[in-house]
Amino acid sequence: MYVIVVGGGEVGYYLCTQLLGEGHEVVVIEKDAKMCEHIEEELGDICLHGDASEITILNKAGITRADMVIAVTGEDEDNLAACQVAKQKFKVPRVIARINTSRNEKIFAKLGVERTVDAVGLISEHIKAETMLFPLTRLFSIRDRGLEVVLVRVGRNSPAVGKPIGELSLPLGSVISLVISQGEESEIPTADVVLKEGNQLICLVPTENIGSLQAIFKES
Amino acid sequence: MGCGRIGAELAHLLDAEGHKVTVIDVDSDSFDELPPDFSGMAFLGDATDEEILRKAGMEQADAFVALTRDDERNAMAAQIAKQIFNVPRVLCRIYDPLREDFYSGLGLEAISPTKVFVRLLKERLGE
Repeated sequence: MYVIVVGGGEVGYYLCTQLLGEGHEVVVIEKDAKMCEHIEEELGDICLHGDASEITILNKAGITRADMVIAVTGEDEDNLAACQVAKQKFKVPRVIARINTSRNEKIFAKLGVERTVDAVGLISEHIKAETMLFPLTRLFSIRDRGLEVVLVRVGRNSPAVGKPIGELSLPLGSVISLVISQGEESEIPTADVVLKEGNQLICLVPTENIGSLQAIFKES
Repeated sequence: MGCGRIGAELAHLLDAEGHKVTVIDVDSDSFDELPPDFSGMAFLGDATDEEILRKAGMEQADAFVALTRDDERNAMAAQIAKQIFNVPRVLCRIYDPLREDFYSGLGLEAISPTKVFVRLLKERLGE
């Protein structure tokens, strides 16, 4: 695959090393001349200095034969512009944008950039999971299927405590994939596994049913 | 959006004509460009932020003009104005003439000062 990466910061640089490692052809477009130099020193002659929503630099990068454009700068407006130009002007088959402000996900989708990765949201959710202070954290979303993988804690006196999984009325389309109990082996649960307070569950759930799933395990 | 010389001057002229004007800028010092008798509102904030735009009264706006120095910011704010808030008239400044064509293709009223100035210079030289 020929991949154009927009933005050679921490995320862009790491992504380039990974893509190169998999044998893909990569060009990175970076606004900052110093960062370009650094990338060239470390990764070879793969960096173009310039503004990735400018048509001339995209032409220079050979965008007409690109299979993918990934925009990962720290500025949402730059990522939007690069992806819109790539998708709508040059018909690049797959464009992916990093967003740094969660609420921009909807705006990007409305403006034609559906594949977004919410950097701040993702990191925050993973930190939430590590703190073990939250009843539910989102681990991963399978957006084109409308599904989320979430980590749920069974709260004190919640409706689910003491009940076998088979008797829970889980929302439509959701599955408990793993039960993690402290000090014990985690298990892929069968219907007769009885849940205890403090159990952590990895669940697959349709995005719109996250609220009703959470209600079943909520402390009361 | 964008209270530089052009933004401030435009706001001033519209205000003097009796229109209700709100200026948005991320830099409070930029509001110094506004004349002392400006009767409109100066709103501090980032106009690519949907919430800020809503607070600034975007839902009631008849027109929105994006005039920061940054083409991408102007394009994003203008698209939010048009697609999310359905503002009837949206104009944005896009310095890069090639990008002006692109954004015009997306239905924005994009104006490239570069192109306009070049045209003006050429006309003057032709006189």
